[in-house]
Amino acid sequence: MRLGSLTRRLGIAVVALFVVAACGSSSGGGSASCSESSAKTATSASACGGMSALEAAAKAEGKLNVIALPRDWANYGAILDGFAAKYGIKITSDNPDGSSQDEVNAVKQLGSTSRAPDVLDVGMAVALANTDLFAPYKVATWGDILDSQKESTGLWFQDYGGFMSIGYDSSKVPDIKSIDDLKGAAFKGKVALNGNPKQANAALNGVMMANLAKGGSLDDISAGVQFFHDLKKAGTFVPVQATTATVKNGTTPVVFDWDYLSAGHGKDVPAWKVFVPNNAILGGYYAQAISKTAPHPAAARLWEEYLYSDEGQNLWLKGLARPVRQAAMEKSGKIDQAAAAKLPAVNGTPQFMSDTQSTAAKNYVVAHWDAAIA
Amino acid sequence: MPFLAYVGFFLVLPSVIIGIGAFLNADNAFTLDNFRNLSRSYVFKATIDTTVISAITALLGASLGAILAYAIVTGSPNGLLRRLTVSASGVLAQFGGVTLAFAFIASIGSAGFVYLFAKAHGFDYYAHGIWLFDIPGLDLVYLYFQIPLMVLVFLPALDGIKPQWREAAESLGGNTWHYWRHVAGPLLFPAFLGAVLLLFANAFSAYATANALINQGQPVLAQQIAGAMSSEVGAFEPGFAKAIAIEMIIIVTLVTILYSLLQRRTARWL
Repeated sequence: MRLGSLTRRLGIAVVALFVVAACGSSSGGGSASCSESSAKTATSASACGGMSALEAAAKAEGKLNVIALPRDWANYGAILDGFAAKYGIKITSDNPDGSSQDEVNAVKQLGSTSRAPDVLDVGMAVALANTDLFAPYKVATWGDILDSQKESTGLWFQDYGGFMSIGYDSSKVPDIKSIDDLKGAAFKGKVALNGNPKQANAALNGVMMANLAKGGSLDDISAGVQFFHDLKKAGTFVPVQATTATVKNGTTPVVFDWDYLSAGHGKDVPAWKVFVPNNAILGGYYAQAISKTAPHPAAARLWEEYLYSDEGQNLWLKGLARPVRQAAMEKSGKIDQAAAAKLPAVNGTPQFMSDTQSTAAKNYVVAHWDAAIA
Repeated sequence: MPFLAYVGFFLVLPSVIIGIGAFLNADNAFTLDNFRNLSRSYVFKATIDTTVISAITALLGASLGAILAYAIVTGSPNGLLRRLTVSASGVLAQFGGVTLAFAFIASIGSAGFVYLFAKAHGFDYYAHGIWLFDIPGLDLVYLYFQIPLMVLVFLPALDGIKPQWREAAESLGGNTWHYWRHVAGPLLFPAFLGAVLLLFANAFSAYATANALINQGQPVLAQQIAGAMSSEVGAFEPGFAKAIAIEMIIIVTLVTILYSLLQRRTARWL
């Protein structure tokens, strides 16, 4: 036991030495440092001695745990590699295909153990329901994020998103100009959702988009559920889970999904087109949050700074997701023009579901969806 | 002792944890709401659907599997047919999940080559809807791993039947019907019932296959558990998920009791 505590102390001393040395060498004159305890509660980079001190502290931690980030989702593969290469920090990417709820469950179960997730990328419903698990933090580019897209103290802040769309293989079905086109005989047995709306955010928004296109409001999703009920009855809507594989092999040539995910099918299906109805432009953004019990608090904060830098934002854009600072970066000219031009065109005013509206929609769908589809 | 410890850790302990969780609400206070919610129409329907699917595929799988196993047993004990079938069954019995579902989608699905070929030759087997993505499709896909499992578990029982018994029955003047009715039938029936139970539980707990085929409507109870357990739209009800799990445990227990009653009945015939 004496030996154990001795090595532990030695370890801490070594880490502390390293931190001090690193801070001293990189902060260019300033005496700032970012210790583990101050990183844990730092609400911005400057609260922890500035960006270079934060960077040094993160490098000293040397590790970052992320969860539920598929490499082919919104270009996360390149983002993970970019961060690891830029800062020499080893990233452990756990359960890449997990859901937002899985992320929160992992934080609750793993607490502050070394395997616990440091940062989360979650759907808005999960973000709002779990703010007590998050540490407030404001990235350097905080001012570029609209007030409606962030929690005022920085418990969560939206990162990227897009608009709900209907993607289709134009070599298998006629062009879609309106959502009612789907009722045509040519679409029989061909229309699918990306996931189950009781579980998946993308699918719930798909139903809401149909609802808006059918004249429903954000407050009442019933017209959308009715629409899919009619499609199912007509044999048009198929209950199979739409995946890259089912799109590629032609089982689901028409899929409701976020435009940035749908556009990715163009790689496998050259004739793939993405349609966003003008009267139903439904936006949806995911949100970033830092775990309050993050085992690598400095690396977690540095990760957020990377994501919200011009570099990180443009990487999301390359994955066809619309980064939250897109408007500001278009103004400053820092946006990757070529990547922005690849996004599906949208004409009209985007609408966003509020928290109460998405709760109402969720409750209605949980109670009625299975019966409507059976 | 090691067996007790094993059962305790991997069977009793999880059941107890689930049992306790099923009586807790989101604030960890005692509640019966989770069980009241089992009467929600979609959970009730999933209960019926899952039980019916499991029963149908267990009975069909057991019958077809038993016939196949009998066909193998009547052949040479070390013959090529037997070795091939047994090893193929060993693989196929475990070949469930997303891979199996997609194999069906890619072959007989609405864009599968079998369907396209059949349709081009005037046989449109989806003319009345794509039944592969419905309960009948699920039954068909389940049979794909149920029959091989039956072959595996029923072969040893069939091997226990000695040809001398049949000769004895014949030399006493019995015909084929007498032999099956009074000798082989009663001997094999308990094993057959046990296999049906195993197949029932096997289908009852399957999740990934069903989820890949029928993602909407969630006809399988295990999917309802997943729905309540991991929802990113905020429909997170862990207590309710555990209540569904308890419901599943109860159903399997009931079937097991039914089985042991039948077992006692059939044992008496001997």
